[in-house]
Amino acid sequence: MKLFIALLARELRLSLRHLGDTLGALLFFLVAGALFPLAIGPSPETLGRLAPGIVWVCALLAALLPLDRLFGADYEDGSLDQLLLCGLPAAAIALGKALAHWLATGLPLLLAAGPLGIMLRLTPEALPALLGGLLAGTLVLSLLGTAGAAIVLGARRGGVLLPLLVLPLAVPVLIFGAAATDAAAAGLSPRPHLLLLCALLAGALPLCPIAAGAALRGAAE
Amino acid sequence: MLEAEGLAAFRAERLVFRDIGFAVPSGGALILRGPNGSGKSTLLRLLAGLLRPAAGRLTWRGMDALADTLAQARRVAYVGHQDAVKPGLTAAENLRFAAAAARVSVRDALAAFDLAPLAGLPVRLLSAGQRRRLALARLALSSGPIWLLDEPTLGLDDASIGLLGALLASHRAADGVVIAATHLPLPLPEAAELRLAGA
Repeated sequence: MKLFIALLARELRLSLRHLGDTLGALLFFLVAGALFPLAIGPSPETLGRLAPGIVWVCALLAALLPLDRLFGADYEDGSLDQLLLCGLPAAAIALGKALAHWLATGLPLLLAAGPLGIMLRLTPEALPALLGGLLAGTLVLSLLGTAGAAIVLGARRGGVLLPLLVLPLAVPVLIFGAAATDAAAAGLSPRPHLLLLCALLAGALPLCPIAAGAALRGAAE
Repeated sequence: MLEAEGLAAFRAERLVFRDIGFAVPSGGALILRGPNGSGKSTLLRLLAGLLRPAAGRLTWRGMDALADTLAQARRVAYVGHQDAVKPGLTAAENLRFAAAAARVSVRDALAAFDLAPLAGLPVRLLSAGQRRRLALARLALSSGPIWLLDEPTLGLDDASIGLLGALLASHRAADGVVIAATHLPLPLPEAAELRLAGA
């Protein structure tokens, strides 16, 4: 446990030291979201109708951005060997990485999603459903992304392969996440969709770190 | 006592070495020698449990060492040919993770390689030799009995080699085992030598 916390502290310290990379995903999220009113016009009805989908797609793509370097830097400079030999199981290392990715990317996205939703004329009643969905959704995306990043580690053109691998797996998250917000905007209960998102999280939480851990050991060989 | 018997390893489809056997007693040292590409680094990674052997057995105090790679990871300290230091962090911050489970403080580990004055400097400002010393300073934090060193003295000056020699001697005096791959003379008195010819 002490080692796990130390790993998390190391990852967060690295994220803070490379603030440009960390904030890049957040800025991408805001800029990409802000492009939509310019492209489809500022009419409140159209924007409000599209807002949940826009926020979710932008969050999904923004969460993918830093995944490329999640293990890449450690793999290239030999730190991955040291991590694998630190005494933690490989799955715990992957879980630590996923948690650090969420804290450095998912959490800022979650905080920025509210203002972006309001900017896109999302009805205020749908805001809690959007944020609740994103809370579970970004966690699942961090876990899936970590597994994807570990699997493409060492492959040539891994950066291209990664979205192709992770995006199809993220489709259920997108469907239920956007549906929860849509339901809330239409005055229905977002509860079933949010529960399905939590079910996805419950599945990804044990499975993704195990897959990522096995992939890390494979990459180190 | 670390004993190997009939070890073989593949890299991709190529057989790197086979029939490697040795025995290193507690407090002993083994120096791996051989031309480039003969598998010295591969053998060290195999001993660390990072790589699975294609054949053969490795035993530590009579037990199969590679059956549980996590237990083997806790037994070894590995310094690879890469320094594994982050240029954006300071020297002290780089060691903090390795120090999490150690009984030695980061300050003492830095002092073991005369890096204390550089503790607060970002590693990107350090020279190649200083980075190597920082990578080796992890050894001082390790409580594992098996030290695996890949070209440890590359880029080190004479004074630093002396510091490494002192650290290795105290590790061996505490019944630790040192296995090092190198082309250069190492401060390891009475070390056995294993020649790898390649397969």
